[in-house]
Amino acid sequence: MTVALVIVSHSVKLADGVVELAEQMARDVPLRAAAGTDDGRIGTSFDKVNDAVTELRLAGHDVVILTDLGSATMTVESVLDFLDADEQEHVRFADGPLVEGAVAAAVTAQVGGTLEAVAQAALARELFASG
Amino acid sequence: MSDTLSTAWALAWIRGAQAVLAENRAELNDLDRAIGDGDHGENMDRGFKAVAAKLEAGAEDVQGVLKLVASTLMSTVGGAAGPLYGTAFLRAAKATTGDVDSDGVVALIAGSLEGIVARGKATTGEKTMVDAWTPALGAAQAAVGTGAGPIAVLRAAADAAAAGAEATIPLQATKGRASYLGERSIGHKDPGATSTALILACAADAAEAL
Ligand SMILES: [Mg+2]
Repeated sequence: MTVALVIVSHSVKLADGVVELAEQMARDVPLRAAAGTDDGRIGTSFDKVNDAVTELRLAGHDVVILTDLGSATMTVESVLDFLDADEQEHVRFADGPLVEGAVAAAVTAQVGGTLEAVAQAALARELFASG
Repeated sequence: MSDTLSTAWALAWIRGAQAVLAENRAELNDLDRAIGDGDHGENMDRGFKAVAAKLEAGAEDVQGVLKLVASTLMSTVGGAAGPLYGTAFLRAAKATTGDVDSDGVVALIAGSLEGIVARGKATTGEKTMVDAWTPALGAAQAAVGTGAGPIAVLRAAADAAAAGAEATIPLQATKGRASYLGERSIGHKDPGATSTALILACAADAAEAL
């Protein structure tokens, strides 16, 4: 089954924009935004991230998560800590650049990439390669 | 005077922290505005108000209080302080069993610091809450070494955290978004170290008031 992506951002607009951009080249990939606080402010929410991951896992997808800033990353790592060990096998956090990483990961998932391949693509390493 | 701190202490601590963080909301926002996004007071106030509401039902033991604080802060704070304090309180709960004696206070603070370091990947001297928790742990260990009871150990930790927070003023931030300011982060007290000092002072106040 297709690997799914969760886009975690402090800003709902930013996450929705990243989803909008990534889905252009990945029509069949489930893309979920988990952004802002529960009461709609700038920030990130443990529950929103956890709900998005849980929903995608229940639908049978492996999940790659991308974040915008360090505190979003800490929220994601907290969620991952709370997952059962066997669930952790199916979820990856990729510490790559949000926009390029999401597009690269979505395209990789669209062409049938594995969890590891999608997580690797999300790092968008070639962006930083010299020469 | 009892030589262990019970559930009543933990409840009084956290309720006291809620009141003190509400009182200091504007000050913490101002500190965060100088070197961050200006929401630390608001975030901590919201988080501890949510905690206080959940604690109305009481708790079974000290660890139950700490775990409720942890899960509530993680889902209500929104900023970096949510996962950091959430992990701190969770590790504090896991590091202790039942009522807390002097060694238990040290274990509680050591667990908190370990959680923050694991979550934030920060070390001392980076102008973060680690710069308050680290001296707090050192002072607590030193106090236990002199045979102090848990109340005196908590007070030593709280005083050291306050001094640690003051000592962040001349530091240049090298962690988190404040690090983007470079040298301009010098001359401001770190908001996370400041809220740490407030929370630990409440722990000591609650113990002394028992
Ligand atoms: Mg802030």
